[in-house]
Amino acid sequence: MIDRLVDGIDERTGPMRLVRRGLRYVFPDHWSFLLGEIALYSFVVLVATGIYLTFFFEPSLDKVPYQGAYRPLHGVEVSHAYGSAVDLSFHVKAGLLMRQTHHWAALVFIAAILCHLLRILLTGAYRKPREINHIIGAAMLATGILEGFLGYSLPDDLLSGMGLAIAYSVALSVPVIGDRLGPLIWGGQYPGSGVIEPRMYIVHVLIIPLLLAGLIAVHLTMVALLKHTQFPGPGRTERNVIGTRMWPGYALRSLGLLAIVAGVLLLLGGLVQINPIWQYGPYDLAAGSNGVQPDWYMGWLIGALRLMPPVEPTILGITVPNPFFGGVLFPAIAFGILFTWPFLDRLISTDRRPHHLLDRPRDAPARSAAALGFATWVIVPFIAGASDRIFVTFDIGYELQVTLMRVAWVVMPAVVFLLTLQVCRRLRDRGERPLRGWDGTVVERTETGGFRTAGGGD
Amino acid sequence: MKRLARAVLALVTLRMLRRGGHKHAPPAEPPPEAEDPRAELTSDPARELAAAVLALGGAAGALAFVAAYLLSGDTQLLGLAAGAACVLLGVGMIVLSAGLAGQDRAVEERPLPQPEVPAAGELVTAPADAITRKKLLAGAAGIAGASIGAALIVPAASLGPAPALGRSPWADGRQLVDENGEPVMADAIETGSFLTAYPRGADRDILGSPVVVVRIDPAMLNPPPDRRDWSVQGILAFSKICTHAGCAVAMLRYPLYRPTEPGPALVCPCHYSTFDVTRAGEVLFGPAGRSLPQLPLRRRSDGGLEAAGPMSDAVGPAQGRVDW
Repeated sequence: MIDRLVDGIDERTGPMRLVRRGLRYVFPDHWSFLLGEIALYSFVVLVATGIYLTFFFEPSLDKVPYQGAYRPLHGVEVSHAYGSAVDLSFHVKAGLLMRQTHHWAALVFIAAILCHLLRILLTGAYRKPREINHIIGAAMLATGILEGFLGYSLPDDLLSGMGLAIAYSVALSVPVIGDRLGPLIWGGQYPGSGVIEPRMYIVHVLIIPLLLAGLIAVHLTMVALLKHTQFPGPGRTERNVIGTRMWPGYALRSLGLLAIVAGVLLLLGGLVQINPIWQYGPYDLAAGSNGVQPDWYMGWLIGALRLMPPVEPTILGITVPNPFFGGVLFPAIAFGILFTWPFLDRLISTDRRPHHLLDRPRDAPARSAAALGFATWVIVPFIAGASDRIFVTFDIGYELQVTLMRVAWVVMPAVVFLLTLQVCRRLRDRGERPLRGWDGTVVERTETGGFRTAGGGD
Repeated sequence: MKRLARAVLALVTLRMLRRGGHKHAPPAEPPPEAEDPRAELTSDPARELAAAVLALGGAAGALAFVAAYLLSGDTQLLGLAAGAACVLLGVGMIVLSAGLAGQDRAVEERPLPQPEVPAAGELVTAPADAITRKKLLAGAAGIAGASIGAALIVPAASLGPAPALGRSPWADGRQLVDENGEPVMADAIETGSFLTAYPRGADRDILGSPVVVVRIDPAMLNPPPDRRDWSVQGILAFSKICTHAGCAVAMLRYPLYRPTEPGPALVCPCHYSTFDVTRAGEVLFGPAGRSLPQLPLRRRSDGGLEAAGPMSDAVGPAQGRVDW
């Protein structure tokens, strides 16, 4: 039955050999290769839960007195967007589960992409011939962050509105064109213009998901065409791939991962509260939340806005408002470096050969040091984005925190660069494995089939 | 190096022996491409059984989800049931996969690209040599492309109106009311407290409307000479919209122990812009590049408060370039 079905598909797609190649495709084994899959499966959960949410959410900022399922808000003037988001949480069965799972999936989606990216940077997987896929991946990261921001901006709660007000200020801060750019995107002044809601909605539920799906398709096709990279090992060369075939081993494992990712996200969505918009209340431009954190992947931008000293320079008669530096210039440089990373590597290392075998991070100390130094440059403002929590937890005032982190923003990338360089060089030269807790004896197989202790002579 | 490689291989072997419990040790070198798809795999019956049990556990979780949906609708129950169902099913699949021994040694050749003649670039450029007026055509195509691109972009201007500078609702004599529309009474404001006020009768949802009213010990005040009479009994009013990024300046820092603590200030919770309330809303700390606009106050005969003039400066972020 099944073999006849597969035969049938194979006969009709024969010239592409899709079925044969697909089933026999070899996946090299390494845990870090699953990070990208977690991102992929989070996206699947995002699409599934997101579709459910669209049936109940009303993207309109027109205001009505709230009369829905959540009694404490009765009589409060709220937008349709806010009211419907609250009602789908309280009135629609499984609505809150879907909403919270959707939110958690978004958080995991970006986190998985970033971990995947770190793996790519540290092992040199972006090198020729995979530069195009690196750029596609970086584009998905940028698009994913924008998509997440739009998603938590849609419900028109206080946190949403504050985020949009800041984003509007950042748009206004672009030199020369800013005071046109903001009203252009928002369809007028913000707050004030209600046009932004349906615009964000169509971008969030249609345009960016389609874009992401397209990028994912190209990304995976490129992976399959070039075949996976692999770490060096017995029998592994630039000319082959050794690992587990798609069917049955890898398909079972990967589908199992899909189910587990979905399951963990559902558990989080059901058991761990996230973004309780009924507690934040509807957006009011004169109200400010305190102790509420936006989604984690916005932290680096919030921190960058916080760390910028109070300068608004006037250059050639054009005054540059302060949010430009942290909100536009910093992410533009960060993504600029990320997008051009493979080419910067080529330029500096002058290595133009194709690579299918990965380096361990220690085997390329300069690359690892550069990657972690770059990461530090982004992580310091990310920590500044959590200053509220640091204040609550450690009782350190914000002025001291910001002052220290301004210094750290400049100093720490260099410190981490030099430290990583030293650690990698020493590990490489000595062959130590300090993170590996296994203290058993390594045995070698002899030609006659017996075993003997290996490495005893060292 | 070879020794190290063999050691790693042996380690892998050892781990598989421990984990798998299968009888045959895998061959030391990866086998060549197998013709018979069955030859290289063995499956562990115990793990098959475990996978089946886990799958049935997943089914039970899914049925529990249906039951929870029909009978209760409780978010925690729904999440627990659905999550457990998926996790059990997933673990089952992975257990089954892990029970397949000898599967992780498959080899696939990676066809390396051979240099081909002609090169791809030549396939583009060589046939184009038939065209004689290349420069003319390239120029024409460039101009056409740029023009059409411009024509495609222009309609985007419809997305937003040209920015119109609104007018601040604050003017001499405009009374301050609280969020319920009740007049703000000077004597009701305690030292060290603050509240949000609006211009009577004006739209509250525009940036120029909300002001934060604070009362501090008059001895702390140190205003510039032209703002000496802008406060009433230590009561001052500032725009509530941060000049940095448009958030509500929602916190008043009022020192409880003057010798060691910094002076009274309004703090924006978004990016910690800190404005000196004792001195014209000047920036003390944080990223804001501009003082918080101040509203001059006057006491009315009925004890209420009113504006003694317009706001000192344009309200809101971006130098007040887009403003109400």
